Amino acid sequence: MSAVMITRKVRKWEKLPGKNTFCCDGRVMMARQKGVFYLTLFLIVGTCALFFAFECPYLAVHLSPAIPVFAVLLFLFVIAMLLRTSFSDPGVLPRALPEEAMFIEMEIEAANGNVPTGQRAPPRIRNVQINNQIVKLKYCYTCKIFRPPRASHCSICDNCVDRFDHHCPWVGNCVGKRNYRYFYLFTLSLSMLTIYIFTFDIVHMVMREFLLFLIRRDTQFTVLEVLVCFFTLWSVVGLTGFHTYLISLNQTTNEDIKGSWSGKNRVQNPYSHKNIIKNCCEVLCGPTYPSVLSVVIAASAPFQNVVLRLQKTTAPLIPNEHTPDDAKPSIAASAEKSPSPREEHPPAPKVPPLASPETDVEDKTH
Amino acid sequence: TSEFHNLQELRHSASLETKVFIQRDYTEGTVCRFQTKFPSELDNRIERTLLEETVKTLNSYYVEAEKIGGQSYLEGCLACATAYIIFLCMETRYEKVLRKISGYIQEQNEKIYAPRGLLLTDPIERGMRVLEISIFEDQGSGTSSPSSSSMSSTGSAR
Repeated sequence: MSAVMITRKVRKWEKLPGKNTFCCDGRVMMARQKGVFYLTLFLIVGTCALFFAFECPYLAVHLSPAIPVFAVLLFLFVIAMLLRTSFSDPGVLPRALPEEAMFIEMEIEAANGNVPTGQRAPPRIRNVQINNQIVKLKYCYTCKIFRPPRASHCSICDNCVDRFDHHCPWVGNCVGKRNYRYFYLFTLSLSMLTIYIFTFDIVHMVMREFLLFLIRRDTQFTVLEVLVCFFTLWSVVGLTGFHTYLISLNQTTNEDIKGSWSGKNRVQNPYSHKNIIKNCCEVLCGPTYPSVLSVVIAASAPFQNVVLRLQKTTAPLIPNEHTPDDAKPSIAASAEKSPSPREEHPPAPKVPPLASPETDVEDKTH
Repeated sequence: TSEFHNLQELRHSASLETKVFIQRDYTEGTVCRFQTKFPSELDNRIERTLLEETVKTLNSYYVEAEKIGGQSYLEGCLACATAYIIFLCMETRYEKVLRKISGYIQEQNEKIYAPRGLLLTDPIERGMRVLEISIFEDQGSGTSSPSSSSMSSTGSAR
């Protein structure tokens, strides 16, 4: 037993169960499979690089220098939105701690009464009235919570996400409450960028001699760009249109696929303001919700005294982890004890975030 | 400060009896709002009006944070124009309100809840899902709670 001075703050995300990966001191959060995200990045950066290298010199001279300038701005905006969408916390709901889980279980048992053995227990559903509609809240067996309205469990990331839209492999992350507007702006700006590049490629091809274009070696890249843009256009523009439709109705992709609000026998969407402008404003200009994962919790008492016990926190992948606060001996006896390798690391220095992920101002809340 | 020290002493010297969780109230939609229903476990620990007042004040803070109006539009449009890079240096309105809430809860704990052997946990530390109230052993009344934190002590209350 050694005396250990613990004043390091353990961030909640370090102990988060679920299949996410974190880096940059928790500022970047993504799903585990990132292959398709790298492909997206490669396609966008690659096509734009070809555009700047082969089209822009000609267009800047013969048409206007504003063309490449605007393209650069648009490209930077697209990349910023992509990184924001990919790296942000989509609105993950942390799992219930053991006391909370038990409290809910007891409430459920009290409500159900005695279930005869052999009979299946009734499904765990809570009914809530929202805007004069009855909405059913389902219980999540993994996270041990009743999911808030519009939340859903993503099986790929193994988390419940608030206002879950869908899991997008192209951005390598879930799209939920916190990053939906970045996702929408990404698809919108990417549509614009694709149309822009496509248009100016055609203009370039027309301004030079069109027929010679296909056989000249140095113009084969233009043809490549046109092909990439052509195929991208159909998918991205279509997706943007679909999400514009969803936003105007204040629906999520998840609700649309499940048909939650469609059909005569079903409940009408209680979240819609029945006004397109209001719906758009709420989704796109609403408040920026904080990430509850970034809340820093003290690994030990904030005294200056030396803590005369070996502080042990569990490995990150064990679910329903106690916060270290609760692991104190006077509290729950069920605190698990196993060494965590992260305890040895010194606190990471404050580095300005690389891309546009989590703001580190959550620390200022304390 | 001595008051703060008392809070920590409460956490470390008093033994935790049980925890009560005040759930979210979804009747107004997905806005953050907690139920003002008084939990029966707190019947003889705190006056109803005090807890109701705390919850109502918290709810009003959340309403202020999530209000969709002129200021939130301005913030949103400005941020969008800068590709949201401005959020790296600027604190959003929600974060400002969260700091106020944190201060408010600390103050309530020191003044009202700790002297009664209770402790509020900021909802953000529980994912904004519940308002957790820890109930510590009431040292004044002399009733000893069964060993450590087993939740079975509240079983009979239902």
